Amino acid sequence: MSAPTNTPFYTPPRFSATFDQHSIAEIQRAAATGIYDIRGAGTKRRVPHFDDLLFLGASISRYPLEGYREKCGTNVVLGTRFAKKPIELKIPVTIAGMSFGALSGPAKEALGRGATAMGTSTTTGDGGMTPEERGHSQILVYQYLPSRYGMNPNDLRKADAIEVVVGQGAKPGGGGMLLGQKISDRVAKMRNLPKGIDQRSACRHPDWTGPDDLTIKIQELREITNWEKPIYVKVGATRPYYDTALAVKSGADVVVLDGMQGGTAATQDVFIEHVGLPILAAIRPAVKALQDLDMHRKVQLIVSGGIRNGADVAKALALGADAVAIGTAALIALGDNDPKWEEEYKKLGTTAGAYDDWHEGRDPAGITTQDPELAARLDPVKAGHRLANYLAVLTMEAQIIARACGKSHLHNLEPEDLVALTVESAAMAGVPLAGTSWIPGQGGGY
Amino acid sequence: MNVIDLTKTPLREVNQRLQSISADSNERLWKLTNLHGEHACAVGLTQPIEVHIDGHIGYYCAGMNQEATVVIHGQCGMGVAENMMSGEVRVKGNASSAAGATGQGGLLVIEGDAGTRCGISMKGIDIVVGGSVGAMSGFMAQSGSLVVCGDAGASLGDSIYEARLYVQGKVESLGSDCVEKKMTPHHLAKLERLLKKAGIDADPKKFKRYGSARKLYNFHVDNASSY
Amino acid sequence: MCGIVGLFLKNPSLRSKLGAHLETMLIGMTERGPDSAGIAVYHSPVADDRCKLTLFNADTAYPWRNLAADLGKALNTKAEATQKGNHALLVAQADEEKVLPWIRTQHPDVRIMGYGQLMEVYKDIGLPAEVATRYGLKNMEGSHAIGHTRMATESAVTTEGSHPFTPAADMCLVHNGSLSNHNNLRKWLRKNGQEFDTDNDSEVAARYFAYRLSEGATLKEALEAGLKDLDGFFTFTMGTKDGFAVVRDGIACKPAVMAENDDWVAMASEFRSLAYLPNVEKAKIWEPAPSTVYTWSLQ
Repeated sequence: MSAPTNTPFYTPPRFSATFDQHSIAEIQRAAATGIYDIRGAGTKRRVPHFDDLLFLGASISRYPLEGYREKCGTNVVLGTRFAKKPIELKIPVTIAGMSFGALSGPAKEALGRGATAMGTSTTTGDGGMTPEERGHSQILVYQYLPSRYGMNPNDLRKADAIEVVVGQGAKPGGGGMLLGQKISDRVAKMRNLPKGIDQRSACRHPDWTGPDDLTIKIQELREITNWEKPIYVKVGATRPYYDTALAVKSGADVVVLDGMQGGTAATQDVFIEHVGLPILAAIRPAVKALQDLDMHRKVQLIVSGGIRNGADVAKALALGADAVAIGTAALIALGDNDPKWEEEYKKLGTTAGAYDDWHEGRDPAGITTQDPELAARLDPVKAGHRLANYLAVLTMEAQIIARACGKSHLHNLEPEDLVALTVESAAMAGVPLAGTSWIPGQGGGY
Repeated sequence: MNVIDLTKTPLREVNQRLQSISADSNERLWKLTNLHGEHACAVGLTQPIEVHIDGHIGYYCAGMNQEATVVIHGQCGMGVAENMMSGEVRVKGNASSAAGATGQGGLLVIEGDAGTRCGISMKGIDIVVGGSVGAMSGFMAQSGSLVVCGDAGASLGDSIYEARLYVQGKVESLGSDCVEKKMTPHHLAKLERLLKKAGIDADPKKFKRYGSARKLYNFHVDNASSY
Repeated sequence: MCGIVGLFLKNPSLRSKLGAHLETMLIGMTERGPDSAGIAVYHSPVADDRCKLTLFNADTAYPWRNLAADLGKALNTKAEATQKGNHALLVAQADEEKVLPWIRTQHPDVRIMGYGQLMEVYKDIGLPAEVATRYGLKNMEGSHAIGHTRMATESAVTTEGSHPFTPAADMCLVHNGSLSNHNNLRKWLRKNGQEFDTDNDSEVAARYFAYRLSEGATLKEALEAGLKDLDGFFTFTMGTKDGFAVVRDGIACKPAVMAENDDWVAMASEFRSLAYLPNVEKAKIWEPAPSTVYTWSLQ
């Protein structure tokens, strides 16, 4: 109701909490275009996360280590179960799989440079391995994906580890779509497809489904690579207890578990926001599966999805992971969503910090694009240096926390070092609500 | 000929030996016996050697083959010659599902029938099937040719890209975006060459050609019912 | 995670070899399921006024004879039990509808693996070859048989929830795959009087088909109804008193190979289990098509 002019009493316009501005805009957009929203990045709404956990530092009952003086180890060895050549990372933070195609050549090179400087690994993505990426990554994990774009046995043998991708956190159970505008001549050639068409990525592998056949697929990959390389199995977080147990049963050396906050190059917004578990809720069931099979620390667990700072790293490790992977955070470290491009973000109808149209190939920062002019904006040496800085900070922050808890290695962090601020996070992480000994949900779950 | 008895030599050792033959070695002809359906046999070969598999074999036989010729004297399991790059794989009997899946090059000949999803996501391989293929064959096939001398099961060439499908017998149904196309002299010649190369006696003129209508190449809401 | 096999003999002269052939087929599926195995054999029918039950208790010293004697007294009839490994075969001169409740109430520690007039069911841990030997599969005669090998997904390897599932008299089902709507179906079947022993998705399929058959559907009709009502991935092989059936879902991702000649029909997850059947080289060999029901019945 509009305000009558002759009375001071009226109800100001009130927006609905249910039909908030975003919901209304989405209804209007859907009605006008007839198509759902496709975007990049991970979930944007608030979900229970590591922020709701706190560490119990040492005091009288526990003794801390001296910061900057007493050593706190950070290395992790992956693939000790079956691989003849396990890989050792100097820090427990690795770079998640992101494709050449979704990312520019210079961006892939920068990821390799930054990770290599810190003694950790990078991962290929859908679309195959580029020489730039192999050349600048000391340790490179080769993804084996349903679409098998660019899948080449020579590259398989060049890799240091193989990651069989079953799903990812942003879209567990879904495939992908690289829109035509990002298909340059080079991307098209690598994927054996015509330029400019939308490239569908399958959601199931073409020649196996389920754990019994995965066992045989893993055997084939090992036979082709002389049983040298660690084989990871990556799943999106949905039923982490069973998926982890089945990956182990199928013969994986490493399980990669990606929570719903994990990014994607392009998927339906409804998929990103409504399918899968937050990583906080997924780690304990996965660790329980490993413990039940007596495989915890024998089959390593890498978790990803929304890792931002050293506290997140420390919390993931304390809950039982062996390492974490970062994707979105690594792109931000390279220069994604940098405010210096604000004028151009505005032209795209967005703003620095909110840009997520990674699939459209018009990234002002030159990262999620195949446009040669835009891609040239990213200096791979400088961007690689920024990533190395960021990885160093993540590691040091995790060490600060671990030392405060009296640990001489990050891997000695335990769930018992944590408490939760909310009932939800206490139940999901399986740690007590702060100030109580109450762990909600115990006995009813994992 | 070098003969390896799989009851005496473990598969890992056999694959290792076949994979590590040097380019100048004269050990070019191999025969594997007593396999009993083992999986991942003769995978990852890189040299132009000839391997005869005497009997039935399991999944992913000759997977990711490069240069080698592998002949299976029997039936084979899922994903024979999957992701083959080059060379030739020949199945004397029937092949199971996903034969030649994602293959990028070379020639796969199946003298008998192939199961479901033959040539799924093929990326340049040529596949010639003497008999029939199962449902969803040529699913998302990107490039290369799939020749079927018998019949094709339901949803042939669903969501196909640029691969060429040739079928002599009847097609139970075509998948989304797959249509019959005109057989030009160019295609006829190509088909004739393929049949000849595969050593399969069939008249190219009796085949029909199928390929992409290219209507699903870029997402459009009007096609929503096809997705 | 599993391997499945099934053999249906059309030619009665082969019946003496049923068990021997199934044993070879089962051993062929060892890699797909090294932890445990289960078999259902349609074997030496009992007289019309009798029923036979395969019973299980993990204790190999279980007093099966006492159980049979007690049952005989309670129902005022004859009953005999023969021990085989940790199973026992019980034959009673009574209607199964009387025997089943008596065992369930008087011996809740005993699991009923299967019942009817023909079918015997054995499920045990160990390699398929060991299980086959333990229960004398090689010497079993009969018309048809189904087997399952299992790679356990939990740390404990038990026969709880293992295949074949036996939801009704002389009926069994094995499944490779994973159903996606079994929770709702289970609720619906419970409302319709079906009782469940496990939370396994395959048991839902078994009881679904049993329910359809009990409504009067033919084997073919029951399976066709299943194609509409069951969602997810499946290769099923099913046995009834006089029938044998195979069906796969519309996507048909889970493996299946079939072979048939004038004498027999066989199915297996992989060809290796069919490779030693008599005259297999001249048999018709094919992969069952998606959403297609295949049935055979005794003349």
